[in-house]
Amino acid sequence: MENAGRPPHILTARDAGLVGCTQCGKVHLPSAAVCGRCGAALHARDIANLQKVWAWLIAGIVVYIPANLYPMLATASLGHTTENTILGGVVELMHHGSYGVAAIVFVASIIIPVAKFIAIAFLGLTTTRRVRMSAHHRHLLFEVVEFIGRWSMIDVFVVAILSSLVRLDFAATITPGIAAISFALSVAFTMMAALSFDERLIWDALEDE
Amino acid sequence: MIACPACDALLVDRDVAMGDTASCPRCGTVIEAPRPLAMTRIIMLALAALILMIAAVFFPFLELGAAGMVRRSSLLDTVMAFATGLTAPLTIAMAALIVILPVTRFLALLYVLGPMAFGWRPARHAASAFRLAEALRPWAMAEVFIVGVAVALVKVAGLAHVSLGPAFWAFVALVIVTVLKDNFMSRVTVWKTLDARRTS
Ligand SMILES: [Zn+2]
Ligand SMILES: [Zn+2]
Repeated sequence: MENAGRPPHILTARDAGLVGCTQCGKVHLPSAAVCGRCGAALHARDIANLQKVWAWLIAGIVVYIPANLYPMLATASLGHTTENTILGGVVELMHHGSYGVAAIVFVASIIIPVAKFIAIAFLGLTTTRRVRMSAHHRHLLFEVVEFIGRWSMIDVFVVAILSSLVRLDFAATITPGIAAISFALSVAFTMMAALSFDERLIWDALEDE
Repeated sequence: MIACPACDALLVDRDVAMGDTASCPRCGTVIEAPRPLAMTRIIMLALAALILMIAAVFFPFLELGAAGMVRRSSLLDTVMAFATGLTAPLTIAMAALIVILPVTRFLALLYVLGPMAFGWRPARHAASAFRLAEALRPWAMAEVFIVGVAVALVKVAGLAHVSLGPAFWAFVALVIVTVLKDNFMSRVTVWKTLDARRTS
């Protein structure tokens, strides 16, 4: 970030005809398939890698749709049952005046997942296209995506805790809904998309200019 | 030579002094940050984390009181909440994310770094164990679970009186210990140490 202009040209392992290990950094001849130091699989950049990212990302978006349409949890109280979707749960929390917690759930379940879809798609597209955003900023974006993804699981945990606490022996019962499953899958799939993204592609584009 | 794991820049593989931090000049990723006694500290913290996890699983986690009844919920109950009906597969996932994967990580780290701290040769399959520990890192979600508990408490507050059990505090301590432990680790340093000990 400190240098907004073009950084001085730096020789990469690929330029030197070598393959660097993304786990431990050891450099190998291109003929090596597995890292001699840590045993991780070695990859030169390959496009198949990016296709894996797209596949996970699309799967994540697809299961995110039912996660929002179906109930996340059902509350049965005094004979009548109310079902709550993710958004419905947020609205209810605001009704009770818990704005802070409503904000946490809203950010974790809606803002973060959607922002992640956009960010990963953006990073995937910009590996082959020239964009205004510098490699430094895209690298930062990737680190944020990688760090923040797991926090979306909050709502699934909340549903689990609520259902284990509030059972038949009380006036109310809370049972998890089908959306809990598709939401958990969506988070897992997007995490897979971020994990299979090859960070080095961000910097390659800079070099090809 | 060494290649930056994040951007592939070729860097001179110099020995980094204790307390120094070597980062990539191109992308700024921290490559190595050796700290005195880092290995020993990680082991102590991983051991503490294991003990805390055992406490967290078996002691009551939350207590819910309503209409004169008290209901205790342990971590196990929370995991089992999804055990019936369509959401049954989530049970396995929950157990994995909150308990099984973190424990596997702690054990793998102890196995890899234990011999290192005493200056011994690495244990057999230490490389695979450390690769596993690193691969599990994003999937061990103890700290996310803690925030989930806080949100659940607010949601249920209107319905009944809720108090936190001893296991909750064990779990909070566990999260702090885990974060500390991960901050001591620098992956490249561990790999280099493993490599050096294996060949020596
Ligand atoms: Zn390696
Ligand atoms: Zn770099």
